[in-house]
Amino acid sequence: MQFFELFYTFFYIGIVTFGGGYAMLPLIQSTVLEKGWMPHEQLVDFVAISESTPGPFAINIATYIGAERCGVLGSVCATLGVVMPSFIIILLVARVYEKFNSNRIVKGVMIGLKPAVIGLIASAVLTIGKTVLIPDVTTFMGVFSKDILSLELLCSLIIFALGLFLILKKKAHPILVIVISALLGILAGYFIL
Amino acid sequence: MKKLLNLFWVFFKIGAFTFGGGYAMIPIIQKEVVENKKWVTDDDILNVIAIAESTPGPIAINSATFIGYKVAGVLGAACATLGVVIPSFVIITIIAFFLNKFSEYEAVQYAFYGIRAGVLALVIKALITMYKKMPKTAIAYGIAVFAFVASLVFDIINISIIYVILACAVIGLVSSLFKIKEVE
Repeated sequence: MQFFELFYTFFYIGIVTFGGGYAMLPLIQSTVLEKGWMPHEQLVDFVAISESTPGPFAINIATYIGAERCGVLGSVCATLGVVMPSFIIILLVARVYEKFNSNRIVKGVMIGLKPAVIGLIASAVLTIGKTVLIPDVTTFMGVFSKDILSLELLCSLIIFALGLFLILKKKAHPILVIVISALLGILAGYFIL
Repeated sequence: MKKLLNLFWVFFKIGAFTFGGGYAMIPIIQKEVVENKKWVTDDDILNVIAIAESTPGPIAINSATFIGYKVAGVLGAACATLGVVIPSFVIITIIAFFLNKFSEYEAVQYAFYGIRAGVLALVIKALITMYKKMPKTAIAYGIAVFAFVASLVFDIINISIIYVILACAVIGLVSSLFKIKEVE
């Protein structure tokens, strides 16, 4: 039953997300949290792992969640689920792709979906930001409480700012950012926190 | 048969050596299947990107299936797709296994504490990259803001964000119909 749920859930995610990769993150995030499959921190950790391993994000995360839920067979079900819709749809479209691409309805729907993905990812980023920076607070209202200004938050902010500088200004490789963040995290953990 | 194995192998390599997935794969797919193997043309690659963007699912899977199909039919599509999936699958399954073993160590926990802050920077970078590709029209900005606000609100009142996606598709469709009418 769990196997079928994994397959079905990822099949559904595969059907409704356009644009691939991070476009899937918002839906995966809300599904995982809603079903209580894993804590949000673990999901964020996995985004880091996916950035430092080869392969498409969608496959990586489906495999991981499947494995975490019910082992190797679970990852087979989740991965198959996320791959099947693409596979079937492309096989159908491949025969008529010139007509498909110039189709008015397809074009119209894409006018809506492209910016929608940006908005959805932005809200996922906000949720990740909350989990990373203020993990103990469950509501946005908590932002205004006093004990929020901890040493932990300060260290997180410094690592975050450095990461942003490296990736945006220095065009650093994501793996480098992750390695540096990990080292700083260890240093902060043993010497400051 | 040789072609099928070849398809599998080429996409296996692509899956095993591209980090970041999706768009990061396109230049490598181009080099392997257009320049080296001459299976498809540059025009086909442009078509692949256009189709991958306007069909659901991961770009990598869409491209592998499409090129596999062009080269060797349905079986070709299956081989190319399997090829691009298997490296990820194997690597992540192994990592999931070890991650559970190592996650109890204090140093690993601190490392992930740092990594989470770094990931926040990475996802912001991904957001900026995608934003740059968005058409800069009033309707696009409107839809993006709507999707952002609606998904936050829906999250609080516990409604699936699939409805946000559907609503945006409908808004896009309706706006395109009006545009066409104006031109006519």
